[in-house]
Amino acid sequence: MTNILEVENLSKSFGGIKANNNISFKASSGEIIGIIGPNGAGKSTLFDLITGYTKPDTGGVKFNGKSILNLRPDLISSLGIGRTFQKLKPFLDQTLLENVMIGALATGINLNQARDKALEMIDFVDLIDKRHHFAKELSTGQRKRLELARAMATEPKLLMMDEVTGGVDQKTVPGLVELIKKLNKLGVTILTIEHNMRVIMDISHKILALDQGKKIVFDKPKNVQLNEKVIDAYLGGVNATTS
Amino acid sequence: MNNNLQNAKLEPVWHTNKFIFALIFFLVTLFFFFPFINPSNFQLHLMIMIFMYAVMAQSWNVIAGFSGQISLGHVIFFGIGGYTSSFFYVEYGITPWIGIFVGILFSSLVAIAIGIPMLRLSGHYFAIATLLIGFSFQIIFQRWDLIGAASGLWIPLNWDSPWLTLQFHESKIPYYYIFLIFFLLSYFSIWILYRSKIGFKLRAIRDDPQAAASLGIPVAKYKIIAFVISAIVMSPMGSLFAQYILVIEPERMFDIEISIIVLLIAVMGGVGNVWGPLIGTIILIPLSEYTRIFFGGTGGSVDLIIYGILIMLICIFRPSGLISFFPKKILERKKF
Ligand SMILES: Nc1ncnc2c1ncn2[C@@H]1O[C@H](COP(=O)(O)OP(=O)(O)OP(=O)(O)O)[C@@H](O)[C@H]1O
Ligand SMILES: [Mg+2]
Repeated sequence: MTNILEVENLSKSFGGIKANNNISFKASSGEIIGIIGPNGAGKSTLFDLITGYTKPDTGGVKFNGKSILNLRPDLISSLGIGRTFQKLKPFLDQTLLENVMIGALATGINLNQARDKALEMIDFVDLIDKRHHFAKELSTGQRKRLELARAMATEPKLLMMDEVTGGVDQKTVPGLVELIKKLNKLGVTILTIEHNMRVIMDISHKILALDQGKKIVFDKPKNVQLNEKVIDAYLGGVNATTS
Repeated sequence: MNNNLQNAKLEPVWHTNKFIFALIFFLVTLFFFFPFINPSNFQLHLMIMIFMYAVMAQSWNVIAGFSGQISLGHVIFFGIGGYTSSFFYVEYGITPWIGIFVGILFSSLVAIAIGIPMLRLSGHYFAIATLLIGFSFQIIFQRWDLIGAASGLWIPLNWDSPWLTLQFHESKIPYYYIFLIFFLLSYFSIWILYRSKIGFKLRAIRDDPQAAASLGIPVAKYKIIAFVISAIVMSPMGSLFAQYILVIEPERMFDIEISIIVLLIAVMGGVGNVWGPLIGTIILIPLSEYTRIFFGGTGGSVDLIIYGILIMLICIFRPSGLISFFPKKILERKKF
């Protein structure tokens, strides 16, 4: 399998805090990679570095073998990297359908085609009945689905999700997990930041564990589960499945 | 896949609201027949001002309501439009009809020149920058000898070919129709823009520039596009206004009050949709013209005080503007 994403020695400091400290890993095409780590470990920063929202101090990022370092976020998106945001960013004053249509327009199609595409994505995330609701009227879980549908509508080859199951009604978690698996079956490579250990162990082909900006391990789920540093940093808590 | 999806795909992308279309048709017909009911000169003037400010407020709406940037110096495109067409006529005898388009060209270039460095500034910094640029344009035009400096340009009167020189001394009716046509064209174009792909992308940038970028939208480029479109809409109003008053000077053509009034109108009517600026104009411009009659001269700026009070009331009770008084069913889902 080819490496769709190669992250090489990425580092980023904010003031005195080393948010990302020399992080490297590779994602093969078609994989689901789970990213775990305690609060403040640097997971979201890593996403921002890869997608161009933050400039790294040092290091490199390659997508399909080409460097995407220092490209603007919109160019990185056009190359085929979609993302969602931990702090959700729906277009609040627009309907669910309009939100997703804007994503679909990224593929260069016309409005009618974008509408049909958007409807398919909305159906995929199971919100078809809410299509004319304004984003501000949707619940957190529904907004997460909105962001997922919107990012998918751009037809990304790599989709990066920042805590899709965080902060939503626990009942909706299995649905979201199914969604991620379904997406992956369509051939989309996935990076997903997760606090829910059951979810991450279930869906990931590989897990990248971070702590205080450093990579502690990058391996198969069963090996990660046994890794002492991970247990210390993360699983050692009282209840690792809640977040 | 399922019925719901199939049904959803059968819906039209844009719902056409018959009530709105009937209303528009009715109003446009009314506008065209208005001069036939023997209106007074003042009534014609009032309508001309309504058409002009409706277009200018719409111009402001494009940049603020569609792309989320607050401009406090919008008058510069009005001034550039007015000065360009007047200068080319005074100096070279070129018909203002051509001058209008040269003005549009200059205004667009200035919009690009300002937009490239300034639109990177976020929110209030852009507002402050445009405010200062507005002032500096007035100062530059006050000192620029080629275009008459502080005393401005006097357009030589011509009685022979009114349509070519765009001067009508006998009646305001030709001005009325010219402004009406520009008003209709501007609103129709913006309505099309609103429903276009560009419209979708601009609204995305307005609501959340970072999310827009994550969907492949080049934020800076589209902000500049919005600024240029806004300038293109604004500029002809300056040219036509110059032809309407025939004497232009920097105080008038780069009056900061114009920047503020178009903002007030748009905010009061409701930004982010095509009709808000029109509603704001229909309420504010008569108010301002009548206070001018009542208090004499420039109205002693009483109109501005009333505007101020109204805008406070709007902010408190109707933050999304007067347009929100329309029945929700009509406004819902932006169906028009
Ligand atoms: N823009 C910023 N400015 C300053 N510090 C920042 C910034 N972004 C992140 N940080 C700091 O960098 C560190 C890593 O933050 P990051 O958001 O990447 O963590 P995370 O792993 O996503 O945490 P969480 O699980 O809470 O989302 C934190 O200490 C955070 O305070
Ligand atoms: Mg985070």
